[in-house]
Amino acid sequence: MPFMSSLYAAALRMTRNAADAEDLVQETYLKAYRGFGGFEAGTNLKAWLYRILTNTYINTYRAKKRRPEESDLEDVEDLYLYRRLGGLEIASLGRSAEEDLLDTYTDEEVKAAVESLPEQFRMAVLLADVEGFSYKEIAEILDIPIGTVMSRLHRGRKGLQKKLWEFAVERGLVA
Amino acid sequence: MAEGNCDDALHELYHFLDGQLDDARRRAIQHHLDDCPPCYEAFDFEVELRVVIARKCHETVPEHLKQRIADAIEHETLHPGSG
Repeated sequence: MPFMSSLYAAALRMTRNAADAEDLVQETYLKAYRGFGGFEAGTNLKAWLYRILTNTYINTYRAKKRRPEESDLEDVEDLYLYRRLGGLEIASLGRSAEEDLLDTYTDEEVKAAVESLPEQFRMAVLLADVEGFSYKEIAEILDIPIGTVMSRLHRGRKGLQKKLWEFAVERGLVA
Repeated sequence: MAEGNCDDALHELYHFLDGQLDDARRRAIQHHLDDCPPCYEAFDFEVELRVVIARKCHETVPEHLKQRIADAIEHETLHPGSG
């Protein structure tokens, strides 16, 4: 099965629940298998699978949720994490202390930071920064305008940096 | 230093890193980064952050899930539309 580990990772971030993620991935492959006739040769197979995954998630799993998700995300300054780590003043050559700090985050912390984002921002960040899709591909997968992709990505990335900063403070990684 | 271009460069940071700028804008920013260590550092940090996020969000698919999906597709092949 092509792309299963990345689809499974995306499903986990979307549903935030292993059992739902497994069901979601299975449904995605079954729908893809049944609908393969609708796939146009020469187009992007990975993006097509993500579109099925995303639509299935939105139509099935999101509907199960008991309460609507908080969709607001506090807006913070650009380069939030970097500026807090003192970056622009240091401007040292070569590998910096800030980058060493990034390596000390555990997988669980980074996953939790992504999962902390409200859904609309989480999906955009996931597709761009984890899966490497272009703005145009994300617009097609989520069926939203490219301008909306850009604004969700911008806000979502800043929100992610704020969460990572909070984890660094909680863990005493920074003063 | 290319002070005057810092705001422009930072404003377009994500579009640059996302590969969404045309050649002329991309070259202008690249040129600025070559001359401006503070902006270069900021860009480099964002690149590294993205690498770390992608790497640490990796998952291994459980064997039972691979088997479950293979079984479901086999069932679908034998009994189309029933499951």
